Parts: sequence; C-alpha cells; structure tokens
Amino acid sequence: MTAKPGTLDLSGRQYRHIRHDEKERLFDEVKKDLRFEEYLYGCYECGICVAACPSARFYDFSPRKIAQTMAREDADLFYVMLNDSIWDCSQCFSCDVCPRKNSPGGLITLMREVAVKNGLASAQEALEGYGRVVYKIMATGTQVSPDMLQANAFPDWGPHVKDISENLEVWRRALPPDTMHTTETSWHVDDKTITELYLIWHMTGVMDMIKEVDEGLFMILQDVMEDRLEDEGYDVSFD
Amino acid sequence: MIPHSALLNKAKDRKYEPDPAQAPTEDYHDIVDQLEKEGEWEVHRVPEPYVEVTNKFGRKKKIPIQQTWHHKSCGQCGHIPGYSTSVFWLNRKLGLDYNDPTNQTSCTAWNYYASATSNAAAQGAVAMRNFAAAKETGYFPIIHCATSFGHYKETRQQLIHIPELRRDVRDVLAKLGRKLVVPEEIVHYSEWVHAVRDKIAEHQVVDMSGITATIHPACHYHKLVKEDAIHSPDVYGGQRSSIITSTLMALGIDVRDYSTWNDCCGFGFRHILVSRDFSRSFAVQRKIEVMKEEADPDVLITHDTGCVTTLDQSQFAAKAHNRNVGLPVMSDSQLAALAMGAHPYKVLQLHWHSTDVKPLLEKLGIDHEKAWAEFEEACKRLESGAAQYLTWEDCDD
Repeated sequence: MTAKPGTLDLSGRQYRHIRHDEKERLFDEVKKDLRFEEYLYGCYECGICVAACPSARFYDFSPRKIAQTMAREDADLFYVMLNDSIWDCSQCFSCDVCPRKNSPGGLITLMREVAVKNGLASAQEALEGYGRVVYKIMATGTQVSPDMLQANAFPDWGPHVKDISENLEVWRRALPPDTMHTTETSWHVDDKTITELYLIWHMTGVMDMIKEVDEGLFMILQDVMEDRLEDEGYDVSFD
Repeated sequence: MIPHSALLNKAKDRKYEPDPAQAPTEDYHDIVDQLEKEGEWEVHRVPEPYVEVTNKFGRKKKIPIQQTWHHKSCGQCGHIPGYSTSVFWLNRKLGLDYNDPTNQTSCTAWNYYASATSNAAAQGAVAMRNFAAAKETGYFPIIHCATSFGHYKETRQQLIHIPELRRDVRDVLAKLGRKLVVPEEIVHYSEWVHAVRDKIAEHQVVDMSGITATIHPACHYHKLVKEDAIHSPDVYGGQRSSIITSTLMALGIDVRDYSTWNDCCGFGFRHILVSRDFSRSFAVQRKIEVMKEEADPDVLITHDTGCVTTLDQSQFAAKAHNRNVGLPVMSDSQLAALAMGAHPYKVLQLHWHSTDVKPLLEKLGIDHEKAWAEFEEACKRLESGAAQYLTWEDCDD
C-alpha cells in the first residue's frame, strides 16, 4: 500500500532499502552542527508552530513533526523528513513562536545542508532549475539580477516583465543611483569584493557542497573562480 | 465553559507592559561589549545623532540618522529598483549624509534559505566582510532587506554563542586582511524610516489622509530574533511590532487591521523562484484577499524585498481566476518618498511593479499620465545619447 499522492508517507516503507546506519550517520551529521543545540530543546506537541506555518496550509508538512522526530532521535523518520518534507519549508521562521524555544525552521536549515553536502537525490531534485540562481549569487555577489527578468521565466508575473526585459538597458540607466546602472548584477560590485567572496567560498568549503549536488554547476563556477583568483595572484584550486 | 461575552469584551484594565526580564534571550549589547573587552572583535559604534527606540521587551536600540552605509538588497536593486532609490532619495531630500557602497556583496541569505548551498562559517564570513567594509568607510551599516537583517541578527547570535564559529570566521577574515567587526546595532532601513518619520511628515506635500492602507510585517523582521523588533505603545498597545504602521500614521494614513496580519507572505525563498504555485496561492488567499475583504485598503505597504515581490507579482495570475485581487503594493520608503513629492516613475520606478497603481495615484491627486510622459521623455534622451544616465537633479524637474 502506498500513501495518497501529495501526502507524506511516514511509514518509512519507501526507504527500507537504505541501511539504518546510513540514516544514523546523516542524523549524527545534523546533530554535530554547532547550531543544533540552540534549535532544539524538546517539544510540547502544542502545535503552535503548525498554526503559524504557511507551508502547513498547502503541503502535508508539519514543523511539529520535524521537532518531534529530532527530539525522539528517530533515525528512520528523520530520513523520511530529510527526503520528503524539508524542501516544503518556507524558511520564514514563523515557527520560532515555539514556547519551548525550538526553531523547527533552523533544524530544517541544518537538515537541508546535510542533504546537499551528501548529494541526496531528493536535494538534487528540489534544486532542479535553481542552478542559475546559485551561479549568480556565488559568481557575481548579487542574486536576482535585472537580466533574469525574462517573460518566459516569469510569465505569471504579468506583461510588465516583458516590458522590463525589452527596455532593460535604458531603464537601468534611468535609475538615479550611480551604483545601479547594471544589468547582469543588481548593483556594481567591486572586483576586489568579488575576489574576497571567492576566497570565502574556498575557505569555508561551500564549493565542495556544490560539487555534491550539481557537478556541472561546480565545473562552471570552478572555472570562473579559479581564473579570477589566478589573475589576482592566488594559487587556489577548488578540487 | 467560557461565556461568549468574554470573547467579545475587551479587557480594558489589561495593559501590556514591556519587561526586559521577559525577553527570551539576553541583551546582546552586554555580550557584544564584553567580547570586545576580551579582544574577540571590534564594535562599530552607532554614530551620533541617533534616535533611541524601544523594542518588544522594553530594551533600547539606537537608530543612526546619518553617516549610514547602505547594505543594498539584491532583489530590491534587481527587480524593484524604486525601492532602494526611494531610500536614497529620502536621505538626499532630508539632507542626510549616506554612503552607497560598491564594496558590498549580497548577504547571500536568499540563496542560503532557498538551497542550503552554504554553511554557517560562509554565511558568517560574508556578513562580517560586509561589516568590516562598512567600518573602513566610517559609515554605519543600515540593512535594506529584512532577510539580510534577520539573517545577520541570527549570525550575530551564533557568533556570540559559538566560540568555534567565531574563531573560524575570524580566521577567514584574517586571511582577507580584515578584522572581525560587529556593529553595535543591526539596523533595518525601515527602522530608520520609523526614526525619521516626523521629519518626513514635516516635508510632506501630498495629502494622504484620504487613503487607507494595510501593512504586512516581514517575518524575517519580527520573527527572527523577535526581541529586537521595534514596538511602540501607541500601535496595537505595544503587543505587535509598530514598524511601518508608525510611519503611515505619521503621514496621516488610515491603517487598517486584518486577521492574517501575522501570516507570512508566501515567499518561501526557493518557492518564489522554482515553485511559485505555493507562493501565489498563499499570497492571494491568506493575505491579499483577506485584506480586501476585511479592510478594503487602497494600498498595501510592506518593508522587505521578498514581501513586495510575492504580494505584488502574485496578483496577475490570480486575476485570471477571478480572485479578489488588484491591491497595489509598495515599500514604506516608496510611499514616504511619494508623500514628500517624489516622482512616481523617476524615483519610485513604479513601472517595475505588477499591480496597477494608477487608481491610488489618482486618489492622491497625482497626474500619472503626465508623470509617465516625463519618464518616457527622459528615456528618449538616454536613447538618443543626449544624456547617459538619469540624474538625481533630473528627478526634481
């Protein structure tokens, strides 16, 4: 028997083929995060977090179940949540209203990081189509750049998106702040600033995470970053 | 059984008294200062003159008035450029000194909350690099995006409480040739708007007493590190954040309440980009339609990149399904600038918004057809090569 479409199958049947010690390993990775202690204190099962949660209204999603699963240290259920639930979270932190001071949203941040770091198929699927955004932020230092406003990418936003993309170059020059005449970035970011950003990605292991979740994106970013860093006199490899 | 009358009667004798002892966390000021004494980091002090505001639990927070370093928002500058432009325009019109830096990256938190392709050390290092860059200019950081603001406060909490993380981030900064610098306060631009709202009202040239508004407070403003959000006794008895409402009240606007005030906008970070059916549904059904039915406002004012985006851009598709939509959305900075006579297209850049703002402009007595013709004329000058850019001076023509 399988769960109804759109409902979260908490039985764990779908992941019986995954070894229990693998589930424990991933759970331990979440618990080892230095922030974990500040995000989980226990759970009253009061459901206040669910009442405040936008995702709970539209998905079979429950921040309470996340907190409960973590508090009970149920590795099997953790693995279900890790794959089938965490990407529904809106990361608004409305659940921080918890009287026990839990942060289910914070726990989910840690779980998502572990899912990405371990290249889980569910993480890759959740981030499908998101690569261009990751590229923008990591390579240019700003995220939603003006040139991303294309009618085929945002057809549901209205006809003004087409107007913006057709008039982009002139409309960006029609902005009084000097820093905002850009089209490929949200504002002009200094070269030295970008170099420092690449060094941060390098020193903190972020590129290793990208490699796990999107090898193609990793290779593109690697080229861009290594070239710039080499030009700036840094002998840095992301391999 | 609770009698029905008890639900209807207001407890007139009940008054909310903010009490610092009830705050869920310790006062960060004390710890930030203590860590400075221990040589863990430098504290970037709020420059004078500043306005002291009160937060939810009665603690004080300093809001700088000028010498501000504007930590811009990638989403605002990218696709709602009139939002940031209005913040700068207000500073200029009020004669306040500010810095619009290019040595600034995004906080990268939109991506972090969406994709988790980062980690605590990276996020801390990005924040601290930006703060160090602000310190070297002598201008104090003021954060345009509520997500950046909330995320930076979370980052500050983590750096305070996790010495290993503080050490890691300090090491990264050292390799960039930078010191660990923490601002005395993490300040959102809407707190600055709140702090100067009486000055804005003094310069108001557009009467706004005839319009009604609803507000949406950003989750990452008042739910992330909630004890830091501004509360005032004259707004909801101090029980909700007074941010935005206080500014609109100063402008003479009738601010109306609605039952889903506390709800998120539906942005969702990854959802707004790759799973927008959720964002649209939530924004329309839990926010826009509720406001329209319960408050019937002329405009919805909010104070964050994601909230303006979701609440504004989600209405177009809903219109095709005959949903009760059509509520213009803008930021408090845009509305404040409009009140002070800013050009709706050269400054507010309302042509980047989705929902029709013309009925609102007409109600305010603003000739939008003339204003659009002026903007188009300015664009023709740029296209012909007669001018390269629209200047601040052009905005006053």
